Amino acid sequence: MKKYLSTFITLWVIWIALTSFAVSEVLTGLLVSLVLAGVISKVVDYSFDFTIIPKLFIFVFVYVPVFIVEMIKANFDVAARVLNPSLPLNPGFVKIPTKLKGNVGKLTLANSITLTPGTLSIDADDEYIYIHWIDVKGETPEEYQKHVSGKFEKILGGIYK
Amino acid sequence: MSAIGYILMIIGALFYVLGGLGLVRMPDVYNRLQAATKATTLGTFSLVLGVGIAQPVWFVKTLLIVVFLTITNPVGSSVLAKASYIYGVKPFKLSKNELDKLYKSRGDENADN
Repeated sequence: MKKYLSTFITLWVIWIALTSFAVSEVLTGLLVSLVLAGVISKVVDYSFDFTIIPKLFIFVFVYVPVFIVEMIKANFDVAARVLNPSLPLNPGFVKIPTKLKGNVGKLTLANSITLTPGTLSIDADDEYIYIHWIDVKGETPEEYQKHVSGKFEKILGGIYK
Repeated sequence: MSAIGYILMIIGALFYVLGGLGLVRMPDVYNRLQAATKATTLGTFSLVLGVGIAQPVWFVKTLLIVVFLTITNPVGSSVLAKASYIYGVKPFKLSKNELDKLYKSRGDENADN
């Protein structure tokens, strides 16, 4: 039931955002979301309750700015590497410890790692995220973590379990 | 207002150029994916948001497009990189490889390069 409601609200919000706030659209969206949520909620494995509202607030106003700054840095980093005639590369596959347990939290962390300077997440198991790093710095997993995911892990730890 | 939109679109196009250049210049599939993913994600970000700012009626829709792209684009490149590794594409002069052990322990025979 909780899953059904979560899926239903998500679908309805997306429908309204994609169309407009006219009465006919809201009603059509309500019907479509009610039916589709019945089908989709059997497949998804996430749900949320009222605590999502403060979490969403933290996510949008604390996490997103940090993320966008990192993403712009990543692009200038890539630009500098690509335009440099000698191609400065020191690539390696390394693993990074993470405390996040849930699927959605891990996905968010892995996506953030992919979009930040020089790193591309490849695989994950229970404790580690495996990444391809264009310019390996440090020796131990803890040092890697400080360079790669330190900032995100702290913020995301407060949002996801 | 529309001037800001057009400037954002041009910035987006420039990031696409950088991504394409990275695709040509980088030595192996993993480094290429890195350049391509980052450049195209921010490129699409600023291109699509530029459209949204130039035409404010579409702003909410473009915002939604950006959110979905940010979720799906990195997942796509992760899966491409993983598939290349399992298939056995040789990485370019590695200084460290901790991925090796993971696939050995999972008993994946193809990942023994």
